[in-house]
Amino acid sequence: MNKEDNQGQLWEVFLQTKPGMAFKHVGSVHAFDKELAVQNARDLYTRRGEGTGLWVVSSEEIVAVTINEAEYFFEPIDKKIYRHPTFYNLPEGVKNM
Amino acid sequence: MLTKELSEDQLLAEFDLKIASDIKIEPRDWMPEEYRNQLIRQISQHAHSEIIGMQPEGNWLNRAPSLRSKKILMAKIQDEAGHGLYLYSAAETLGISREQMIAALHAGKAKYASVFNYPSLNWADMGAIGWLVDGAAITNQVSLQRTSYGPYARAMVRICKEESFHQRQGYEIMWRMMQGTEDQKRMAQDALNRWWYPALMMFGPHDADSAHSSKSMKWKIKRESNDHLRAKFVNKSIPQAELLGLKVPDVKLIDEASGIYEHTAINWEEFWTVVNGNGPCNKQRIEHHIKAHEDGEWVRKTAIAADLKHHTN
Ligand SMILES: [Fe+2]
Ligand SMILES: [Fe+2]
Repeated sequence: MNKEDNQGQLWEVFLQTKPGMAFKHVGSVHAFDKELAVQNARDLYTRRGEGTGLWVVSSEEIVAVTINEAEYFFEPIDKKIYRHPTFYNLPEGVKNM
Repeated sequence: MLTKELSEDQLLAEFDLKIASDIKIEPRDWMPEEYRNQLIRQISQHAHSEIIGMQPEGNWLNRAPSLRSKKILMAKIQDEAGHGLYLYSAAETLGISREQMIAALHAGKAKYASVFNYPSLNWADMGAIGWLVDGAAITNQVSLQRTSYGPYARAMVRICKEESFHQRQGYEIMWRMMQGTEDQKRMAQDALNRWWYPALMMFGPHDADSAHSSKSMKWKIKRESNDHLRAKFVNKSIPQAELLGLKVPDVKLIDEASGIYEHTAINWEEFWTVVNGNGPCNKQRIEHHIKAHEDGEWVRKTAIAADLKHHTN
């Protein structure tokens, strides 16, 4: 740790806002260890009882693809419109499909 | 890290309360061993079904009648591979490894849907599978979106969204054939006749004979019973068949006023024969899976070697 770094490392915070929901990224916190990281995340992001579950992940562990890389990284979905249900010609009046 | 010290009885009471109030169970939550094992059994079986289910359709990939239909079939099979992977991952949150699940499949200890042990004989089967087999799977999976285990429920939500094109592409194939020659119409009807009962069997034994059902229902792993889901599927499918000019075999109208149909007796002897490994394609399906797994061994070995090297550098 150098003189400027007196905040601990950065952690990404994921909140589950209702039981059963997927955990969603809400932001980040600083902390020196796992235990403090969940406590800081709780204090910072759930002051109104927003959470029923919480994850923190060391920011260094996040592997990211950013918008600049998106164009060549993600599959060009406009060429694969048959992956969408609207692509298909079905007879008039078909139900439950 | 933050758990209170509770006795086994208290933990069980908390668990039961969560189940009763429809609060999802998450991987780090305490759960009874039997609940965990039941989930591992069901989710891994579900995952294996997605993966083995690629084989009957893969059989027609390089004989698809047009580039359009080939691209669609390829996209559909890719989705099924994806579904298998979502589900293996969900099962892994319960403390079983991918390798263990695959070993159980290869040893014949883990099952997969018996429907995939039937052969796909011609192109009409691609229609019947998408329409009926995916249709039955969807009926089941829509219900499982409300299952009590969080990661399984969330995988189901994702899968259901993706399934919507699967059934439509199959139904479209059937419709096209029904607009074709007399031979094509006959093929479509024949495919329906052959896949109808295997699709009905996908819902499993009658409620009264289902070994795992009562516990599963109690713990809300399953939300609707086998027979209930099967009846739903039957009554969705019959009007769809009629619209195409197809006839579903052996169904009878039991309630004229509300138009409710019932299927006639399922051949359970056949069902158990297939479940116990003696269906028309069981051997072929597992052998193919083992071969694919063994053929991929060098990839896993290389990846592990590279990973070790990376970590020691
Ligand atoms: Fe699927
Ligand atoms: Fe599907």
